[in-house]
Amino acid sequence: MTRAGLILLAIVMFAAAGAPLLTPHGPGDRFHNSVHAPPMPVHVRDGGGHWHWPFVYPVRLADRLESRYEEDRTRRVGLVWFSRGAIVAAADERSGPWLPLGADSFGRDVFARLLYGARLSLGVALVSVVGALLAGILAGGVAGYFGGALDEGLMRLAEFILVLPTVYAVLALRAVMPLVLSSTQVFGLMVGIFALVGWPYVARGVRGIVAVERGREYAEAARAAGAGHARILVRHLLPAAAGHLGTQATLLVPAFILAEATLSYVGLGFADPTPTWGTMLSEVASVSRLAQFPWMLAPAAGIFLVVLAVNLVVQGTGGLPVSTPGERASGNRVSRRIS
Amino acid sequence: MALARFLARRVMFGFVLVFVVSSGALLLTRLAPGDVAGDLVGSGASLQAVARERARYGLDRPILEQYAGWLSRAARFDFGPSIMFGRPVGELVGQRAANTALLAAFALLLATLVGLPLGVVSGSRRGGLLTGAIRAASLVCLSLPPLVTSLVFVCIAARTGWLPIGGMTSIDASGTEWLAWLRDVAWHLPLPAVALALPIAAMLERLQSQAMGETLRQTFVLAALARGVPAGRLVWRDGLRASLRMVASIYGLVVGGLLSGSFVVEIVTSWPGLGRLMYDALRARDLYLVAGCATAGSVFLAVATVLSDLALAAIDPRVRAEEQG
Repeated sequence: MTRAGLILLAIVMFAAAGAPLLTPHGPGDRFHNSVHAPPMPVHVRDGGGHWHWPFVYPVRLADRLESRYEEDRTRRVGLVWFSRGAIVAAADERSGPWLPLGADSFGRDVFARLLYGARLSLGVALVSVVGALLAGILAGGVAGYFGGALDEGLMRLAEFILVLPTVYAVLALRAVMPLVLSSTQVFGLMVGIFALVGWPYVARGVRGIVAVERGREYAEAARAAGAGHARILVRHLLPAAAGHLGTQATLLVPAFILAEATLSYVGLGFADPTPTWGTMLSEVASVSRLAQFPWMLAPAAGIFLVVLAVNLVVQGTGGLPVSTPGERASGNRVSRRIS
Repeated sequence: MALARFLARRVMFGFVLVFVVSSGALLLTRLAPGDVAGDLVGSGASLQAVARERARYGLDRPILEQYAGWLSRAARFDFGPSIMFGRPVGELVGQRAANTALLAAFALLLATLVGLPLGVVSGSRRGGLLTGAIRAASLVCLSLPPLVTSLVFVCIAARTGWLPIGGMTSIDASGTEWLAWLRDVAWHLPLPAVALALPIAAMLERLQSQAMGETLRQTFVLAALARGVPAGRLVWRDGLRASLRMVASIYGLVVGGLLSGSFVVEIVTSWPGLGRLMYDALRARDLYLVAGCATAGSVFLAVATVLSDLALAAIDPRVRAEEQG
């Protein structure tokens, strides 16, 4: 199960990184005769039952007002390798572009936007995870190592944040900032907010592990050998928390992807021309559009795949983040492979 | 006696939670750039009109003074006026909070009724087709966040017409007698509730399955089997009782997730709940309304934590005993 999850994650990562190789279209390219065009599935058999090299039927605009399209079953457009910069592309696009997942309200390729959108959606999530890990390690390490009032204060704060409903906390923090921001500012702001909401998940476990490990003989030996606090904490105690860190990082990725999608969906995240899974979903906020052009829900499938992959990984490594030596090793492997 | 002290401490925590969250929401919104005056200036009002409006809502006073005023009134359940709606916040929030509570409670009930029994089944059998099927279904549901499911459900509902696509009542239902209203709400409830309940049901199933598996490995189970207690009774009565502790201890946290999920579901399906109201209030910088929503939300959380602790104490005698030391 873990392996299946990791493979799935790798596929998504590759799709995001290799977006320009997978589609000849850019995320902002508009095809004026393809507004709301339906998906064009790949066929290998024509209407007469004959087998062919994979091909698509070109789609013709039948009624612009109603966004009605007709499949031209008389012609076949073959798919070719390594054409126009992509690994697979339609042999010719004179009769219209090949849109594997259809087009959105601006005639943009949903498939291309899905791939390019994954870059930002995953990017925000991964950078936020790094932020949450760093903050959590710092807070948890300090709290567990020194104990006392500092420990008490930090852990009370962490528990408090953990009790809050995450979406509301994120929403409130985002909404009190200026509402209109550039994409770069939104990226930075989101990373900051997500890290702020995410660190307690990391810190609590790190604190527990460090607090136990610092009493062990090897820590005492390091102290006796004259190592300073920082060295003991970083070199000797924190490696024990690696498994916990791996598990938490794995769990936080989908949570942050979802948070980005939610914020952008309600109009507080990235804004339209920027392709992310959230902005794409916000285009189907109107029910009539959602009902008529369901292929614009493609990012929802993307979110589902990522969350499924993570759940497969986590379930496969034993379910809940309990820190046993065996778990630690496997969790470690997970974290190294993902990040 | 010990139980009372334990509960008193949890209730205190609840009060602190409500206090901090509502104060935080008010201060944060006040510090945010822009306020109601901005909207008025946009509509071409005179400077005097803007100043008058700001004075009316206490926005011209220093932040701490305004906060102290709000706090003393909130302690008497007067949460100030909503700038956006021109109505008392308490009235607005009360109604919306009830709608959210209905949705969340129904979803939680659904998740429990589906998740727990399935968890008992999959946790008490090693291997087998049924266990595998439950496990796979639960993994899929666990990966279906309410944002995804509610969008897909609305899409299906709009294309097939099986269920209403949104809202809590039909437009023409206002003014009818309460039985018809109830039927109308019951017709609108399943779509958002199922979207909200799916991942929670899956989580409960996974947890219960794990707890059940651990419980059945304990020696008292073996002893009972040896004495001739039927396996079915052992699982569904003794095993369930002993394993419920683990699931009960996370119900407090589940409610937080439930509120988070219900925000998204409310937005997508236009359910007139707290989430929608909070969102509108935040965007309009309607600070008393934001604080009111935050208060209602944190009251939900506080009540849920106390209830979950109560349930835990009822199930597990050790929780009561621990507090005596």
